[in-house]
Amino acid sequence: MAAEGEPVLIEIAGLTKRFGGFTAVDDVSFRVARGEVLGFLGPNGAGKSTTMRMLAGFMIPTAGVARICGHDVQADGVAARRVLGFLPEGAPTYPEMTVGGFLRFCAKIRGFGRRLLAERVEQAVALTRLESVMLQPVETLSKGFKRRVGLAQALLHDPPVLVLDEPTDGLDPNQKHEVRALIAQMAPHKAIVISTHILEEVDAVCSRAIIIAAGRVVADETPAELMRRHPSGKLEDVFRQLTTEVV
Amino acid sequence: MRNVFIVAGRELAGYFATPVASVFIVIFLVLQGALTFNLGGFFDRGQADLNPFFTFIPWVFLLLVPAITMRLWAEERRLGTIELLLTLPITQTQAVLGKFLAAWVFCGIALVLTFPFVITVNILGNPDNGVIASGYVGSLLVAGAFLSVGSALSALTKNQVIAFVLAVAVCFVFAVASYPVVTDFLSRNTPVLADIARRIAVIDRFQDFTRGVVSLRDLIFFATFIGFWLFLNAVIVEQRKAD
Repeated sequence: MAAEGEPVLIEIAGLTKRFGGFTAVDDVSFRVARGEVLGFLGPNGAGKSTTMRMLAGFMIPTAGVARICGHDVQADGVAARRVLGFLPEGAPTYPEMTVGGFLRFCAKIRGFGRRLLAERVEQAVALTRLESVMLQPVETLSKGFKRRVGLAQALLHDPPVLVLDEPTDGLDPNQKHEVRALIAQMAPHKAIVISTHILEEVDAVCSRAIIIAAGRVVADETPAELMRRHPSGKLEDVFRQLTTEVV
Repeated sequence: MRNVFIVAGRELAGYFATPVASVFIVIFLVLQGALTFNLGGFFDRGQADLNPFFTFIPWVFLLLVPAITMRLWAEERRLGTIELLLTLPITQTQAVLGKFLAAWVFCGIALVLTFPFVITVNILGNPDNGVIASGYVGSLLVAGAFLSVGSALSALTKNQVIAFVLAVAVCFVFAVASYPVVTDFLSRNTPVLADIARRIAVIDRFQDFTRGVVSLRDLIFFATFIGFWLFLNAVIVEQRKAD
């Protein structure tokens, strides 16, 4: 299923997270190669964000490992995070900082020197169309702009691996279209995981989709294969069938 | 080290981008002034020193330092920015040190702004400026000690009020640990604890500085104290960051 001959950049094996007696993520394994866009689907509370957080090294898994470009996100976290662009759920940013200040801060932490820093920030801003709000504090921005600031931060260092938790949430249809076009444009050079519960997104940008329900992977195939699972051929029906069976 | 300074720089700029900085500094200076001149009887004493100033400073810090530290980690958790910060390629230790450093530099700025006291006492008399300097060093160390406690406790919760109350309470314990009320009580019941209490008392150590004594023992005490709490801070962040 992985693109032929392309290196595997994301590897998750047996990832499990328990909170007390509750198992949020149960033995999830998958691999993503360069050139793939993996749609990570599931109803709210299915464990999407928890998996994303463990993949980004933010949450410590109860069991299993996650590797980014071969670096274990727990044992070798800094190296793994260097090659990762991560948009956390809700795209959090420091409210009092200006867009430009925030992006420069992230670029500095990523180790860019003066000239390269300006170049990188400019590039990320152009990709996410933030030019008009560069001097505005983040707290004064609309939801759509905030999401794009988060996205710009993830793209800043042109990472080989992108993990985006609901990248189009809160965007209007035009902005959604732009973000999808951006993802499609970057896809050949990166391994990308996007979590979403918007099904049209999967059809639009993903080369492969994983559906999880109650913490378990219930499907891992291309969108076309998924659609064939239900007589109606609609992703929506497949999704409902797969996710309600488990619960 | 570079990352520590970048985190600290962002944090410090954050204080000045919001009213936090001005409110803190104004209240700090007004309190310090009122306490020194009125309650401390600065003029009535007829002595050219800053003893009244230094007598009150730990208590003012006890009240105000937790107000800075309460937001350090609790705010990051509430906003979710902790997820962003800790998925950047920095270690948790760097993040902890950066935040602490920013808060400490900020307290340093507030202390520097008390310079009119020094000028005043130098105009009115002939004070021992060495003692004053060592008093300032001690004040900065007390601020650092309280900051490290507050920062660690802030990492425990996403509620700033809880972070503040916890920090005031714990700092207070360390402030009064050597007071007779405490040590008498302890030595009557558990003599071992009384001895420990006397050794960990922050105010006791600070008083050496206000007398002009900068001893290695006190410096080591503060370094150990701050180091311990920052270590605890890093452990708490590691364990509870995603809760």
